[in-house]
Amino acid sequence: MRTTRRQFLSLAGGVTIAGTVPIVTLRPLQATPAMLNTAIRNIVGEAQIRTGKVKLDIPPLVENGNTVPMTISVASPMTASDYVKSIHIFNEKNPQPNIGNFYLGPAAGRAQVSTRIRLADTQKVVAIARLSDDTFWQVTTEIVVTLAACTEEMN
Amino acid sequence: MNFWHAIAAAALAATAPALLAGEIPTDARRSGYTFMGPDTRAMQDDDTANPGMLFVLDGEALWAKKTGSAEKACADCHGDAATSMKGVAARYPAFEKALARPVTLDQRINLCRANHQQATLLPYESRDLLALSAFVAHQSRGITITAGDDPQLKPFVAQGHDLFMRREGQLNLACTNCHDDNFDKRLAGAPITQAQPTGYPLYRLEWQTLGSLERRLRSCMTGVRAQAYDYGTPELVALELYLMSRTRGLPMEAPAVRP
Amino acid sequence: MAALINVPAKAKRGDIIEIRTLTSHIMETGFRHTADGALVPRDIITSFTCRYNGTEIFRADLFPAIAANPYLSFFTVAKESGKFEFEWIGDNGYASTASAPITVE
Repeated sequence: MRTTRRQFLSLAGGVTIAGTVPIVTLRPLQATPAMLNTAIRNIVGEAQIRTGKVKLDIPPLVENGNTVPMTISVASPMTASDYVKSIHIFNEKNPQPNIGNFYLGPAAGRAQVSTRIRLADTQKVVAIARLSDDTFWQVTTEIVVTLAACTEEMN
Repeated sequence: MNFWHAIAAAALAATAPALLAGEIPTDARRSGYTFMGPDTRAMQDDDTANPGMLFVLDGEALWAKKTGSAEKACADCHGDAATSMKGVAARYPAFEKALARPVTLDQRINLCRANHQQATLLPYESRDLLALSAFVAHQSRGITITAGDDPQLKPFVAQGHDLFMRREGQLNLACTNCHDDNFDKRLAGAPITQAQPTGYPLYRLEWQTLGSLERRLRSCMTGVRAQAYDYGTPELVALELYLMSRTRGLPMEAPAVRP
Repeated sequence: MAALINVPAKAKRGDIIEIRTLTSHIMETGFRHTADGALVPRDIITSFTCRYNGTEIFRADLFPAIAANPYLSFFTVAKESGKFEFEWIGDNGYASTASAPITVE
């Protein structure tokens, strides 16, 4: 397995901070593309997933992978007959493939959700929207995560 | 010039220290804020998006809560923090007569707990201590930093400056090598800042929590593979004092957000 | 736990308004180890719900990949005066609530 800089730093020395749990940084198991696929199929079932309608806004250069602002929006009129039922976010390389599921409806007025996520490494993030007609739409974005220069503890 | 004017002029000269060697001139000083990307700035700019404000809320509750065997709250002595604490954090660390040395805001809070509330000391980086110091520091938001102006602090500022200039650790780097000589360049993916601590305690995305300037300094020391000074040691307090004094002229931002 | 809620105090009927929430929580992933090798057990918020005058308008399932002190922003159509109620539920019996009033003209 390739040694990442973060692993190297973690081997170089663990530091304990007063008031926090002392952490050593054995890299946990990574989600794999197969796990990502399974997580997606758990939500979507056998339905076809089309590309489009969904937009994923993440800063092009993430300043710290521990807190990454993210906004997902779906092109939808959000009327009683044509709206977004849910939005599901997945990632490729965090220990787990799921990030969040968001359930909305026509009362939302606008199909847009923002949150802050953790990304363990440069990786692919997938957003899938389920519309009121039970079609699924997706977007995939490659996110570059830079590492902080002076880390005292690893997560 | 009459006698009193001469005294006043002399006092002014004594309380407005000249720049120390290698120091960044006042008009070129830049907060770490100016080195951040737009998304992290947005997180700091909006109080309802700034996670540091959660600690300020907790601190506000603690300020009014009676504690210790004296059954006293901070508010019982200090009243409304919006007036009594306004500008206080902008001049910390401050000289403490009884100890004949400077104390940080965290140490001041614990001195109050020991002497006036007869309460147990709050550990460094504990949630309650960070919450109280964030609440107090927040009252100084926008106020110009004047730390280090007290002439009694002069030897301690000088000690902090010496530490700032001294090479240490396996990488044999002094603070000044990065923060005076190479700010605006990058260390790995991260921009090197000027080390102007305008916003402590601050919410660091890396930490995913609020932390003190001492925690940040210790993390820098670990970064250069040096043995970090313990929390509250005279060296760490002197460094904090020097850093705050070199930030004079910039406004307070606590609780800031940094990557 | 402390929570910061941002809901406009007033809105016109039919306006689309943004609701922002920020709450204190460490969101411990359950994937980290202490220096002596013990796993730090997972401690996260798993679910968030927003109700508008009793009706659910937004719900979220959260996973360890959500950053500490979870932030959520979403939208709704202002339809009537009343109140928004927020509920966070998590591991180890964690439960926290908050509310915010709105006047719709």
